[in-house]
Amino acid sequence: MTAAAISAAVRNRTADWWRRSIWVDHLMLAIRVVVAVLVLWGLAGGIAAGTYSAANFASFAMFGLTIGSVYALIALGYTMVYGILRMINFAHGDVMMVGSFAGLFAASSLSGAGLTNDAPLIALPLVLAAGMAVGAAVSVAIERVAYRPFLHVRSLAPLICAIGLSFVLQYGARGLFGTRNRAYPGFGWMEGTVQVAGLTIPIPQIVAFGAALVVLAGLLAIVRLTPLGKAMRAVSEDRDAAALVGIDVSRTIVFTFAIGGAMAGVAGVLYALVFKQITVFMGFFLGIKGFAAAILGGIGNLGGAMLGGLVLGLAEALGPALLLEGYGLPAPYQLKDVIGYGMLVLILIFRPQGLLGERLAAKRA
Amino acid sequence: MSFNVVTSSFRVVRREREAGAEALRIGLIAGVAAVLFCLIGAYVALDKRDVVEGVASFAAVALAAIALVAGYTSAATANRQGRTPRRAVLLAGGAGLAVGACLALMVLATTNLGIRTILVAASPALVRALTFGTTAGSSGQIFLLLAAGFGLGAIGGALATLVPERLRRAIIRGVFVVIFAGLFRDVFFSIASNLPGGVDRMIYGSAGIRLWPAILLFAAVVAWTILRAAAGKPSAARTGGRSKLSIVLLVATVLVLPLITSDFVAQVAMLVALYMLMGMGLNIELGLAGLVDLGFVAFFAVGAYTVALLCSNGPLAIADVSFWVALPVAIVLAAVSGLVFGLPVLRVRGDYLAMATLGLGEIVRVLVLSDALAPVLGGSQGIIEIDRPVLAGISLNTPAELYYLALILAGAVAFISWRLQHARIGRAWLAIREDEDVAQALGIDPVASKLVAYSVGAAFAGAAGAVFAVLVGSVFPHSFQLLVSINVLAILVIGGLGSLPGVLVGAMVLIGLPELLREFGEFRYLFYGVALVAMMHIRPEGLWPAESTKREMADA
Repeated sequence: MTAAAISAAVRNRTADWWRRSIWVDHLMLAIRVVVAVLVLWGLAGGIAAGTYSAANFASFAMFGLTIGSVYALIALGYTMVYGILRMINFAHGDVMMVGSFAGLFAASSLSGAGLTNDAPLIALPLVLAAGMAVGAAVSVAIERVAYRPFLHVRSLAPLICAIGLSFVLQYGARGLFGTRNRAYPGFGWMEGTVQVAGLTIPIPQIVAFGAALVVLAGLLAIVRLTPLGKAMRAVSEDRDAAALVGIDVSRTIVFTFAIGGAMAGVAGVLYALVFKQITVFMGFFLGIKGFAAAILGGIGNLGGAMLGGLVLGLAEALGPALLLEGYGLPAPYQLKDVIGYGMLVLILIFRPQGLLGERLAAKRA
Repeated sequence: MSFNVVTSSFRVVRREREAGAEALRIGLIAGVAAVLFCLIGAYVALDKRDVVEGVASFAAVALAAIALVAGYTSAATANRQGRTPRRAVLLAGGAGLAVGACLALMVLATTNLGIRTILVAASPALVRALTFGTTAGSSGQIFLLLAAGFGLGAIGGALATLVPERLRRAIIRGVFVVIFAGLFRDVFFSIASNLPGGVDRMIYGSAGIRLWPAILLFAAVVAWTILRAAAGKPSAARTGGRSKLSIVLLVATVLVLPLITSDFVAQVAMLVALYMLMGMGLNIELGLAGLVDLGFVAFFAVGAYTVALLCSNGPLAIADVSFWVALPVAIVLAAVSGLVFGLPVLRVRGDYLAMATLGLGEIVRVLVLSDALAPVLGGSQGIIEIDRPVLAGISLNTPAELYYLALILAGAVAFISWRLQHARIGRAWLAIREDEDVAQALGIDPVASKLVAYSVGAAFAGAAGAVFAVLVGSVFPHSFQLLVSINVLAILVIGGLGSLPGVLVGAMVLIGLPELLREFGEFRYLFYGVALVAMMHIRPEGLWPAESTKREMADA
């Protein structure tokens, strides 16, 4: 095609869009432009301000990847449940909190035996296993209460039940475990730091990042290679047809919830490994970030969830320094969450299919 | 939005097991519930409030109710499966025994295993309260719990099988009335204190109803119920007269309540009225138009901060006008913010909309809290010294006066909602709620309808925020957390989505009750969660469903 033909085609499409669009489309376009300008302006300002050195940015990025891998693990649970039920598990973040507490109690008893300090490589898998088991159990219970009774109808009931369960988990845990912050015991040499290419990186961050990658690989193997994974994919394509060809649909759904809950349990333990302190209310907002990561990557897409988590983590870690600093705002780190939530809202509005997802059929409210 | 649109032929139905297995299952579930009730610290907290003075605390009543219900349900199951009444009662006792056994295990674990490092509520105080002061770790303690469980389960079973239905209904009603009268001592005591001759002190002790009045009340309710049934009068519920009579009763209570009771009750009533205002706002968005909005608190915040900035004497004030000038400004600004909020999320639906609005609401809260906006909005220090409204030279200071202010606003808002609901726009909302695409095909403009829903709902919330600001006299960011949105959502769900009287009922149940039961305050969100889940399972249409929902449920 010649340049003239291309420009004619572009003009045609623009004219076509202009003819079909209503004022809402124009408004959306305007919002896009405004957001893009704001981001570019902030970026330019942030780089020009030069408050932080390259080493600063590198350590921000490493931190972003760590928290991003926690988001990614949470996002996997959302994505799997969404893929199979086309519904959001609103209580998923609290599953992560419960898993984290289960890990805490496992770690405390292991630390009593001196195992966490002397042999963290043995203790950590045990703690992770405790978090995974409890996370899976709680997740299955959520499925039983909030989703199974409403499987055959389209309604608000599962969403409301899940919101209710989220509160039951938060305030139940508050009653059971108390309101004060709880601290994980030390994990021996895993507390230290290493020097990589002139950067000082805390080992827990590396461990968390590595563990998240391993878990994702395992999950992909389950979904791609096992009969269970095949059943999961079939049920997510068409539940009725899957039942017709002899797949035990409710068992498949239960396993999906269990795996998602186990991922959340891992996320809870890894979060605690990096941040040391856990509270009963941490799950809810981390859950929302995890959801944002799932949407960002393309909901229903496992690799997308991982990518979305890492991108969101990086954006939150680098955003305040790069973007908000450019506007000369005081205390930009207070606004870290604005970046996370802002990304969530913008993705939901402008690209609900996410980075890797396909276009979903218009979802019925 | 509807609760019964079938989307898949796939339905999971639980098969009922044999009566004995069912009894064990029910008993174990109830036992776990009872243990959790103790371990979250609810038992010790609620033990401080008596239902019947010196006889039964709220905690004891709740625990006994768990065992009774377990017995009742398992006996009813056995009955349905054709077992003899004797066997049914025995099975019910077994279910109760399972509850007692779970509690006994918990007591043993608490005294011997030292689980307190994990579970903060597993304290000696809990064991003492549970076992009526018997020696710790004794076998008598365990026996007591088991026997009490068995006895209560059997009583529940006997109630289900041996007692004739009329008497059963009368007894259950009597028990409920006594518990109600005991729990809401504050309300009834302050009403009774208007009567001469120290009647209040005769009926109520310092923590609950006294024993003899309780027995008299119980007997009176039982006798009255039986006599009415025997006289063959059809109960009001069946003739459909209930809604009219209850509306009259409700209105009368609502009008005179703060006058005949204490400041404390007036304060609670004031909160209920505030949440009604917000509930009616969200009812437009969620109940009518089907837009799930979890960022609703932002509009409340806009109303509150507007009034704060306009009416405060503090350093941040931008004007010092009267409340009556600030109120319309707050409402208009809230409506505009609703529009601004609604515009970007016009194309987002369902669960995604819930998340998007949640994100928007949180962004607003984080921004208000941040140092960046602190010079304007005060950051975490908030805005203080807000003037009270002055009407005809009198400053509205007491909770009762502010209650009437909120009530008048709520009345006006209820009238507007009611008119809107039955106007063209209301029908357009309902159509969009049921199916947006079909609605659009029928010539409804979804964009305009949704935007009107957002701004009207936001305006109502703004009015609530304005009253809140003058009620408290100051505004802080932590008053505008996500929890407020969840509260309002729960009110709508419990009352009945799309139903105006449902908002009133929901606000009374979810805001009024926990405030009146102060010991309960710590567990209110747990209660909300359980109530939301239970409601969806037992009565998805709400306590006072809207007419359209009622028709729908009848069709299903």
